[in-house]
Amino acid sequence: MVQFTLPKNSKIRVGKTWPKPEGATNTRKFQIYRWDPDTGENPSVDTYFVDMDSCGPMVLDALIKIKTETDPTLTFRRSCREGICGSCAMNIDGINTLACIYGMDEVKGDVKIYPLPHMPVVKDLIPDLTHFYAQHASIMPWLETKTNRPQREWKQSIEDRKKLDGLYECVMCASCSTSCPSYWWNGDRYLGPAALLHAYRWIIDSRDEATGERLDELEDPFKLYRCHTIMNCAKTCPKGLNPAKAIAHIKKMMVERAH
Amino acid sequence: MQFLTDRKRAQGLGSGRGGTHHHWQMMVTSMLLVVLGPLFVITFGLGLGGTYEEVLAYFARPLPALITILTLAVGIYHVMQETLVAVEDYVPGIAGKITMVVVTAFSYALIAAGIFAVARIAL
Repeated sequence: MVQFTLPKNSKIRVGKTWPKPEGATNTRKFQIYRWDPDTGENPSVDTYFVDMDSCGPMVLDALIKIKTETDPTLTFRRSCREGICGSCAMNIDGINTLACIYGMDEVKGDVKIYPLPHMPVVKDLIPDLTHFYAQHASIMPWLETKTNRPQREWKQSIEDRKKLDGLYECVMCASCSTSCPSYWWNGDRYLGPAALLHAYRWIIDSRDEATGERLDELEDPFKLYRCHTIMNCAKTCPKGLNPAKAIAHIKKMMVERAH
Repeated sequence: MQFLTDRKRAQGLGSGRGGTHHHWQMMVTSMLLVVLGPLFVITFGLGLGGTYEEVLAYFARPLPALITILTLAVGIYHVMQETLVAVEDYVPGIAGKITMVVVTAFSYALIAAGIFAVARIAL
């Protein structure tokens, strides 16, 4: 449902300004969203200073440095540190992206970091992705076959395998879905770009035998057709994928089988 | 309060098995408007600048009258469909349903009034 203003208990106030690291001459200012469910207080934006002479180049490096050296209560997800796990997705300088592969040199001025937009926050920079993952599960992200299992592998030609390029690389970081206004307003029913990209990945897989059933399940004014080709998903994807194109292909297949 | 599993919440009432017809309709009317839009601007522009009687006589001719009627009907139908989607997007619940009925009624009334006006001039 559309919300043009933040609820009262989500209004952001000015938070604590942490002291600059001692002896540092080359510091950078970070403004980071903080919210602790245990305090019952509204979220705030805390200000930190990072010594850039002893910090790695990525935003995640700075976050880890802040957590290690300044404020151990700062909470965020991270794991692989190389853009594969999708854990550290957050809104950096107004763009949903992965902190581990987003260079601080790409940010002009202060580095502003918020959790992924329009999602319930668990704590600080951690969004609640429960519904997002359930939507992904609902599109049956696995190979569905009816033919008896072959003695060896399911064969796939090189050409058919190439159709999965640009789709299989998605790491489910939720940057695209949480950048989509349609997903903001109708995320309860609209599957969002990430789930639809994965749906197309299985629809287009030459080995999958549930194409019709998959299209049946997607043919819905909300699940699929809430995509208005806004293209925020393609613009923000940290892996350079194009979910909007995948959604357009699904719509094209829908028209092909109907007309 | 409901104790629903995450999966049940995500699946909701399942697929409505619809939306493709609307999508196709929007593509068809868009293509028609690509042709009708410039045609209407040209014919409408050619009819301007005369006296009241000359303009009436111009729009009484078959081509300007038909182009005007088609542009009105297809254009308003297209806008109506887009508006209904916007209402679905932004107005939840019963208010949304009522707004959709009002938008539909107003759009068809507008089409009828437009056709009537041109027909009255032409016939």
